[in-house]
Amino acid sequence: MFRTALRNVLAHKARLLMTVLAVMLGVAFVSGTLVFTNTLSNALQNSSAKGFDQVDVAVLPGVGDDAGDTTGQPPQLTQALLDESAKVPGAASVIGVVSGFTAIADKDGNLVGDGFQSQGGNYWSDKDARYPLSDGAAPKGAGQVALDAKTAERAGYQVGDTVRLSVDGPVLSPTLSGIFTTDDGNVTAGGSLALFDTATAQRLYGKVGAYDEIDVKAAAGTSQAALKAALDKALPRNAVETTTATKLADDQARNIASEMSGLKQGLLVFAGIALFVGTFIIANTFTMLVAQRTKELALMRAVGASRRQVTRSVLIEAFVVGAVAAVTGLIAGIGIGAGLKALLGTLGATVPDGPLVVTPGTVGAALAVGILITMLAAWLPGRRAAKIPPVAAMSSVHATATTKSLVLRNTLGALFSGAGIAVVLAATSMSGSDGQAPMGIGAVLLIIGVFILTPLLSRPLIAAAGPFMRVFGVSGKLARQNSVRNPRRTAATASALMIGLTLITGMTVMAGSLQQAIDKMASASIRADYIVSMANGNGLSPDVAEKLAKTPGVTAVSPLTDAAVLIDDTSEWITGVTGGAIGELTSLTVDDGTFKVGGSQVVVDDRTAKSRGWKADSTFTVIYDDGQKQRLTVAGVYEGNEVVSGIMLDNTQLAPHRTDAADHTDMQVMVKTSDGATSATKDKLAKALGANPAIKIQDKKDISNEIAQMFTLMLNMLYGLLAMAVLVAVLGVVNTLAMSVFERSQEIGMLRAIGLDRKGIKRMVRLESLVISLFGGVLGIGLGVFFGWAAGELVGTSMPTYELVLPWARMALFLLLAATVGILAALWPARRAARMNMLAAIQSE
Amino acid sequence: MTTTPLADRPTTTVAARATELSKVYGQGETQVVALDRVSVDFKQAEFTAIMGPSGSGKSTLMHCVAGLDSFSSGSVRIGDTELGSLKDKQLTKLRRDKIGFIFQAFNLLPTLTALENITLPMDIAGRKPDKEWLESVISMIGLADRLRHRPSQLSGGQQQRVAVARALASRPDIIFGDEPTGNLDSRAGAEVLGFLRNSVRELGQTVVMVTHDPVAAAYADRVVFLADGRIVDELYGPTADGVLDRMKRLDTRTVRTS
Repeated sequence: MFRTALRNVLAHKARLLMTVLAVMLGVAFVSGTLVFTNTLSNALQNSSAKGFDQVDVAVLPGVGDDAGDTTGQPPQLTQALLDESAKVPGAASVIGVVSGFTAIADKDGNLVGDGFQSQGGNYWSDKDARYPLSDGAAPKGAGQVALDAKTAERAGYQVGDTVRLSVDGPVLSPTLSGIFTTDDGNVTAGGSLALFDTATAQRLYGKVGAYDEIDVKAAAGTSQAALKAALDKALPRNAVETTTATKLADDQARNIASEMSGLKQGLLVFAGIALFVGTFIIANTFTMLVAQRTKELALMRAVGASRRQVTRSVLIEAFVVGAVAAVTGLIAGIGIGAGLKALLGTLGATVPDGPLVVTPGTVGAALAVGILITMLAAWLPGRRAAKIPPVAAMSSVHATATTKSLVLRNTLGALFSGAGIAVVLAATSMSGSDGQAPMGIGAVLLIIGVFILTPLLSRPLIAAAGPFMRVFGVSGKLARQNSVRNPRRTAATASALMIGLTLITGMTVMAGSLQQAIDKMASASIRADYIVSMANGNGLSPDVAEKLAKTPGVTAVSPLTDAAVLIDDTSEWITGVTGGAIGELTSLTVDDGTFKVGGSQVVVDDRTAKSRGWKADSTFTVIYDDGQKQRLTVAGVYEGNEVVSGIMLDNTQLAPHRTDAADHTDMQVMVKTSDGATSATKDKLAKALGANPAIKIQDKKDISNEIAQMFTLMLNMLYGLLAMAVLVAVLGVVNTLAMSVFERSQEIGMLRAIGLDRKGIKRMVRLESLVISLFGGVLGIGLGVFFGWAAGELVGTSMPTYELVLPWARMALFLLLAATVGILAALWPARRAARMNMLAAIQSE
Repeated sequence: MTTTPLADRPTTTVAARATELSKVYGQGETQVVALDRVSVDFKQAEFTAIMGPSGSGKSTLMHCVAGLDSFSSGSVRIGDTELGSLKDKQLTKLRRDKIGFIFQAFNLLPTLTALENITLPMDIAGRKPDKEWLESVISMIGLADRLRHRPSQLSGGQQQRVAVARALASRPDIIFGDEPTGNLDSRAGAEVLGFLRNSVRELGQTVVMVTHDPVAAAYADRVVFLADGRIVDELYGPTADGVLDRMKRLDTRTVRTS
């Protein structure tokens, strides 16, 4: 049996090519993902381990878990603690670590990097083993800074240049004293690192005389554990916490691994979609191979092969095909893994060096996935092969699929689709998270239903293309008829394309609608012309708000601050605002009472009010961080949204209770000007703040753009990942057409003989391909819009500004994409059909 | 060996003519000569049958003359058109407009109705069929009530009658049949052959048919016998017995020479 199966595979090499390619792509995606994430996580772990070269035990501030700690002041790592650590037996050297946010501007004044990875720190003593200098000298005094080599290169700074940077407000212009190299994970990931001398760093980061961490290196012969024990003994128990570098490295490795597994799972979902699409192609191919071999299989049955043996022979073929595809896919996947890593490198996000990691797990998973998927998809055709009666060997008529099975199929499909639509519709009327599960189930039911129904749907939908096809004369007419000749095959081909387009369209609809909703919300509720914030999302120095208030033309300013308080023994965030200005800076609908913030009067958003049972004139007691209590009155309840929400209290009431008064910062500052948002106003504000690269001044349009950018990035990533599924679907269309051309070679030969020229034949094949692809495209886009709408209804319950936005241009583009897929997929089959030897084709049987 | 003297016949009455036609496959030692300098005329309004043992080159001759296959040397004319100089596109157009075909099997497109199959060559050309002519052809083959049927709903004989109608419908200069009765039982075959003969007698159509069946050949006005790629004999007004007799002689000759 095995030999027969192997011979069959070899005999049908060309026809199995597309199947192998489809499985191969899916397997390559899977193994590429595994290789890439394993390699990356291995490299990151190595590099983070390298980061602990200079540390054996890290001393960190204690968490201050004592109940008596009412000051709220966390314990500090003082100079005394550092000196003491250095004296501990077994300690060879100590480094006091200070770090904070430092934004660096390039020569044009633009921020280097994206702000979230703009780090600063201290250069320890004269020679810091962590940061070997490649040029210049260590920074000394307030007027000097050292930069990592990559940042210096990106910003175009050389030793001796004046560097513009900012820590939390004012712009500083120290001289670049030196350039260093580092393995710091943040820098290798595209961030920047600026180093000052220790005293300057402590001053800049508001930690005078204190450290964030003390790194102790063990003397030769002292183990990390022994050093840790010695430190624990010498240092006050509650003030510090000691951890060995090995444990730190392990923790970090675990963090990296868990982050990577998120990425891995995300990518594998898309690999799974591509593989799922591939199953349609496999099923199509094996169905055809079985149909072509009806006589041969019947003969085997006639000479005594059992049904099981026939099925097994088909499955063995599938096994061979799957194994070939899996092995080639694995090799391609290793290439993809290596390629992705190189690609990340060229995109600026430097990946730490490391060997390509191909684990036995990766190899096993790739082979198992490739072989199992192929055999699973070939199982139904194998069953069908077994049902061929032995008598079919004698009859000349090929057994055709009966309409009876289509009736069963359509009933089943209608049931699934109906149930799916009903569940999805029911889910849309549910609120938020309750509807998620039913919606998911409904979506899956509907997709399955549509898969089953596609043969039925193909007839009316393709008939609708009739008038268009008539333009192309005989070729068009024949193409249309050919495309519905084998409804199952057409359906499976179109379904493969449908899956990708459904997902792409659904995501696009959702993203577009969400973007608009958030955008609307932001612009509707905010009346301020500008929102000023820190590029990295950190707090702003309070003098920013003061400076803005003093700038001519500014009519209203309100810093927004956050504070955690206790209300009725549960914690709640409270937002401090400038009571007199906030009404002018926001535009919120007031449901109850009046919008008035001042003294003990606060405003509350509807959701908080509802959950706390408050109305206008309700009173409640807050307990601040410093333990003080205050009785507050609800002046008004407003409609909150994703941008503005929560309890708003006047800053003058909140400020005295802040325990972190020393380094108190504002989240953001809202500004209204007399001239409105113009570029001149923006320049004026920027100038007032010292043209600080770390401070973002955004008008509503900037915020919209930022939101749009975020959505565009996300969508583009999804498009990229779904492209693989579409690519596999293209192979499916090629496969189907190649099969059609092969099966109809006699017809094609006859058509050529009676006068259809090569061009006409080519056009016929191309149009058939176009029709099938557009059929899949229309189904996919239609389903995608439905899912996008349904998911939006669910989101809309919690987002008042949400409304469906149909991206017509994008949808047209997707349809065009489907058409392009059709035309490209037909290139090779059409060529083959046109080149076919007419006489051989007519006479072949 | 009696080949038709070329100069004797005026070109106007010749529908198709092969002159010194040769077809050679392969090269060197594996070379096979399928046609060896064959010269033959097919006169207008004449029903010619080409016969010969398997491998005699009878199908190759028809394919070359019908513009379905290329030839190695010599010349073929359909009407006034020399085929040797034509590119594929012009050849296709020639087949579409000047030639009708009937094959042994798979003559019809299963997706088209009988009528659509009949008008297919004209649809390809983008021409409107001549209605009167079409009706007379359809009534002759007697399938007026089956025009909406698809090939799968017709018997083998009916399918082949549709194929004959298709060949006739575009009023080609010449119709070529490649074993048109090969897949039919004797009664259905007789019907098809009857139509072909009627089209020659009544409509003035020119028909050339390759067959191995002496009974089929007896319907023709003239039988040309091929052996080893050469025309070896010719018979006018044949009877089945006469053809069988000649064939037997050919067979023994082939055996003797080989």
